[in-house]
Amino acid sequence: MSVDSHFVHKMWNDHELSKMIGKDIPFPMLSDQDGYIGKMYGIYDEDSGVETRGRFIIDPDGIIQGFEVLTPPVGRNVSESIRQVKAFQLVRESKGTKATPSGWKPGKKVLEPSPDLVGRVWEVWSVKEAFDQE
Amino acid sequence: MAEVKPGCDRPAIKRNKPVVEAASEILEVKKEEHTMVKVGKPAPTFEAPAFHKGQFVNVNLEDYKGKWVLLCFYPGDFTFV
Repeated sequence: MSVDSHFVHKMWNDHELSKMIGKDIPFPMLSDQDGYIGKMYGIYDEDSGVETRGRFIIDPDGIIQGFEVLTPPVGRNVSESIRQVKAFQLVRESKGTKATPSGWKPGKKVLEPSPDLVGRVWEVWSVKEAFDQE
Repeated sequence: MAEVKPGCDRPAIKRNKPVVEAASEILEVKKEEHTMVKVGKPAPTFEAPAFHKGQFVNVNLEDYKGKWVLLCFYPGDFTFV
């Protein structure tokens, strides 16, 4: 989503993005020409008249579970966004009985918060797991 | 005209201040406040025109109820990163 028109989106897809991936962009490229939607989400920059790099994870009930906002020159980490979606999906499927500690990714240890776990996380989870192993 | 180096930051738009006519009463200018959304709260709904696989379509966020959505804003087409 950007303040560009859907016509410009087509040009960008046809002349550059599709050449990067060998096919059309698989998701809809939305147009927010007056910044109305960006303003609702709080990421529209009045000074330059564009949206900043806001990224929102919205769950199946329409609830915002997370967001990240960057200034224009630094790109996002798509893998991190996907990791977060997977973590939120795991928590949702567990009906909130599970929690994913720092650095969690599929296959890593998941915690099940309970009165017994209070003060004992250090016994069951290692700080090493917060980092990507080489 | 000064040359503008291409970058990802879009230069700020210089806007002239609107001419305020002298009035007997000072009108309070309503400043629009844009607050950040909150996690754990409903995402603001919208419908927007879009380009999708060769077609122009209208996308309504509510059509995605029941699915996970990654909504990404960016400064502009043809910006570099």
